[in-house]
Amino acid sequence: MLMKLREISRRRWILTCQNRRKMWKGYLFLFPSLLGTGGFVFLPFLDVVRRSFLRAAGNGFVGLDNYRAVLGNEAFHLAVKNTAAFMAVCVPLLLLLSLGTAVFLEQALRKSRLFKTGFLLPMAIPAASVVVFFQLVFDRSGWINGLLGGLGMEGRDWLASDSAFWVLTVCYIWKNLGYDMILWLAGLYAIPREQYEAAKVQGAGRMACFRFITLPQLKETAFVTALLSFINAFRVFREAYLIAGEYPHESIYMLQHLFNNWFTNLDIQKMTAAAVMLVVLIGGILIGNEIYAKHRG
Amino acid sequence: MRSMQNTGDKVIKAGLFLLLLIMVFPLFILVADSFMGSRELTEKFGPVLAGTKGMTEFTLLPMYPTLRAYIKLLLDSPEFFVAFWNSVLQTGAVVAGQILVAVPAAWAFARYPFPGKRMLWFLYMLLMILPFQVTMVSGYLVLNAAGLMDTHWAVIIPGVFSTLPVFILRKTFAAIPHEILEAAQVDGAGDLRLFFHIGIPAGKSGIFSIAILGFLEYWNGIEQPMTFLKTESLRPLSLYLPDITVSEAAVSFAASVIMLLPALLFFFFGQEYLEQGIAASGIRE
Repeated sequence: MLMKLREISRRRWILTCQNRRKMWKGYLFLFPSLLGTGGFVFLPFLDVVRRSFLRAAGNGFVGLDNYRAVLGNEAFHLAVKNTAAFMAVCVPLLLLLSLGTAVFLEQALRKSRLFKTGFLLPMAIPAASVVVFFQLVFDRSGWINGLLGGLGMEGRDWLASDSAFWVLTVCYIWKNLGYDMILWLAGLYAIPREQYEAAKVQGAGRMACFRFITLPQLKETAFVTALLSFINAFRVFREAYLIAGEYPHESIYMLQHLFNNWFTNLDIQKMTAAAVMLVVLIGGILIGNEIYAKHRG
Repeated sequence: MRSMQNTGDKVIKAGLFLLLLIMVFPLFILVADSFMGSRELTEKFGPVLAGTKGMTEFTLLPMYPTLRAYIKLLLDSPEFFVAFWNSVLQTGAVVAGQILVAVPAAWAFARYPFPGKRMLWFLYMLLMILPFQVTMVSGYLVLNAAGLMDTHWAVIIPGVFSTLPVFILRKTFAAIPHEILEAAQVDGAGDLRLFFHIGIPAGKSGIFSIAILGFLEYWNGIEQPMTFLKTESLRPLSLYLPDITVSEAAVSFAASVIMLLPALLFFFFGQEYLEQGIAASGIRE
């Protein structure tokens, strides 16, 4: 009896040893990446957090002064407002348009090679070239104003007025429509054909099929697509910067412009405090989303 | 009913074609007008590009096509070659590094349970979402301390450790059926063998797609070189191009087409993989 127990506990011990070895095996593969992100981002970010509570010169502790300075900064208000507005407008718009395109493309065309190529193509065009084209179209003396002038209407400086926001939105959608469309198409292709056929037999129309079969099964795709669209939305800063420089029209003055200008002026204190706040905000959204997803099962 | 659906399909098809034309139109204009002579260019686009009076003319094709801009660019602009080489070097190093680092990391996240995994995945996602400007300070602190500011490394190193490729690749690896890996394990394959002989071949399209996405991203890189490089001779094409747009309109069209070519080449060459790779990140697990 005792022998048997001992044997069992010995086996268990071997198993936990094996498990423990197996447990750490993942780190073997993760190591190079972790070394880099740890050394270049995570650890230095702790230094950023530390600095956000310090005075610029010397090492005096100033508590939340840097945070107060950022929150009271008018440029910061403007940048936050614009960035939030841009995200709130362009991401949903892109998601809807790309989903529509994907659904139509999947329904109407058997051979979609040409379309996929054409829609993805804008991704490959360098920002600097894109900007030349946008200037030709939207400049004060550009094509749109020429066209409007021909119709006897007054043009405007599209890139240096409130409409700059919409020009940037167009640019973002043009650039990312193909990428999102491919993501949606992958989601659409993963839905079994039989479900549609079964629904059709029972007399369901196109709209009903879309509402009750397609949409519910695109949830996961929607999350990934929204996430990547959000990330890509930060990248339009490139075009905004090349079109209008460090101080563009105030409708497209984004957080990125602000950070960039703080960096140029070596205003490290404000940068660190603002960076910490942004990380907390985005981290909070991520965690919130996780909890929400779990809650709904 | 039937005929109504057919008309509906036709309308949809027409709409899609129209959209396609809009999507490729900018590329068409850029390429076509790069063959415009400098005189014609100033005449037509002068108001926008050089600030002369009047309105810009709408032109689809150049009236007098010429290769002069290309010749001038390729023969008379040594800075162009320097910038081109810088772009090749920086982009190549980033993409190669990303593959070496991100492929095993994605494999770890997809295939192994390990302590702290959820926490690390959260940090990786967070890092992926944050815009460059937020991590710029911490990057700057390290690069400055290491004396790497204003060298090629300042652009390359932060790029190599980007976590976006890890995110895109993880699903590709997670989609490999369990049975295949288990069968190989029964045959006595170790962890490394599984990774090199099953993981990498099965994740080929995903790996190609992160390479192409990485290439497009860093070939167009503006923010990183702009902040971390001060020396003119280290700057890549993406920063050289906006500079000449102002000074030499005729050459800038040609330069932007030449800059576009490698991107297009990779794009057409690897479109299939790119698509598969993007698609893999969009399907359910």
